[in-house]
Amino acid sequence: MKVLVAVKRVVDFNVKVRVKADGSGVDTANVKMSMNPFDEIAVEEAVRMKEKGVATEIVAITCGSTACQETLRTALALGADRAILVESDVELQPLAVAKLLKAVADKESPQLVILGKQAIDDDANQVGQMLAALLGWPQGTFASKIDIAEGVATVKREIDGGLETVVMKLPGVITTDLRLNEPRYATLPNIMKAKKKPLEIIKPDALAVDVTPRLKTLKVVEPPRRKGGGKVADVKELVAKLRNEAKVI
Amino acid sequence: MSILVIAEHDHHALRSATLNTIAAARKIDGDIHVLVAGHNSVDAARAATSVEGVVKVLHADAAHLGSQTAENVAAVAAPLAAAYTHVLLPATGFGKNVAPRIAALLDVAQISDIIDVESADTFVRPIYAGNAFATIQSGDAKKVVTVRTTAFDAAAASGGSAPIESIGAPPDAGMAQVTGQELTQSDRPELTSARVIISGGRGLQNGANFKMLEALADKLNAAIGASRAAVDAGYVPNDYQVGQTGKIVAPDLYIAVGISGAIQHLAGMKDSKVIVAINKDAEAPIFQIADYGLVGDLFEIIPALTAELGR
Repeated sequence: MKVLVAVKRVVDFNVKVRVKADGSGVDTANVKMSMNPFDEIAVEEAVRMKEKGVATEIVAITCGSTACQETLRTALALGADRAILVESDVELQPLAVAKLLKAVADKESPQLVILGKQAIDDDANQVGQMLAALLGWPQGTFASKIDIAEGVATVKREIDGGLETVVMKLPGVITTDLRLNEPRYATLPNIMKAKKKPLEIIKPDALAVDVTPRLKTLKVVEPPRRKGGGKVADVKELVAKLRNEAKVI
Repeated sequence: MSILVIAEHDHHALRSATLNTIAAARKIDGDIHVLVAGHNSVDAARAATSVEGVVKVLHADAAHLGSQTAENVAAVAAPLAAAYTHVLLPATGFGKNVAPRIAALLDVAQISDIIDVESADTFVRPIYAGNAFATIQSGDAKKVVTVRTTAFDAAAASGGSAPIESIGAPPDAGMAQVTGQELTQSDRPELTSARVIISGGRGLQNGANFKMLEALADKLNAAIGASRAAVDAGYVPNDYQVGQTGKIVAPDLYIAVGISGAIQHLAGMKDSKVIVAINKDAEAPIFQIADYGLVGDLFEIIPALTAELGR
């Protein structure tokens, strides 16, 4: 079974971002970039499927600037077999990404597309679902457990009230949630080997996809700052303040 | 403008998230219709007719809509969207699962998790775990939007009297089936709409210690939440998680117990009216946003707090 894993290069999760003074966006210059944590989980899951003999080939894909090649090399170091960069310097929004992934899926014919449920930069949580709709495939979102057997994926999903089990026919799209697995670290030998694995670069035009953004960001501001830092000496003072000052109890 | 709100419900009643979504719809200023898609769900449809501001309820009822899979709900909603300028869903697990499918079928962008409506085509939404707010304008003729429920006060559940129109549903897409659910049973208020939340983190050390929080929650009629660390460690089920990719909450009072205050946790609770932090580490980041911080051993403080509240 061929597995297509989509990954995104994002600001590292430990970075506390700052908003640019001119309101045009978030300052990402010289900021540490990493693979989106949920996509690391997706790569790990695909690699485990290959180790179990369920997947035969893992193709990693990302859409973005040429710098995104480093994210693909990470995926290759973790165990992907080959990689595809759909290169664009234009801002790629979720609908465009979904269309690009669909075009590649049409060519590659994977049985499974797996990716993170959301990117921690835009927090959109859309691409997986959009891709499934464009392909006419079922979706198993927010997966915390995946079992694949005989062309069917049994996905345990995290839902608002607990967990739900969905049985879906493959081919399908699955998006990963936090507890699906704990990703491995790339070993140095694998990082070296990854440099030799194939990495293909293609343009959106070659896939006949119009990636023109539909949404315009008018401004980006900092949220109102919370004061914080208040301290109380003991439980009695806490209860008194909550009752008399904050009046919440 | 004409807005289709896709109701989140359990077939018998609307979930409160639907009322917050209708409130957001009212800020767009147009006719609001509500779609209730379910199985044996006429009670939920009737509940929708009474919500303040609703002009019409569309009711699609079929066996295969009982599990409300994204494939089947989107198949009902997308064709209906032809008559509307906006399609709104709550940014709950349900809404997040369904909405993008609808957007893609309509070939339009989706604006996720809005916290404000500036106009019919301009919305404000949090990005980077809520460390920035972006004002977004959509150029599409139809807007698909998910609504952060804590940002909009619920529309009144009564006062309206809209008609119900029964509509047909396409057959089961046949691609996916829900075969089981494991739902947390609790008499406590729902986490996302509770007035008071007691939340536990890694400092609790194990699941049994959460009982200590329960005694406190009983005194305050509070819901119980948790940090990612507590859920990952298995202290509590996943639906307790508050954070960037868990539940977003904004109670009147949030008491964070043994929670360090990672960026991702703050994203889920920093809109709380009053934040209390209890942690033995005076350097824990949570104290920077807490209105009332108490540095000390939670295993002494929580029982003392529970006792003090009993006076």
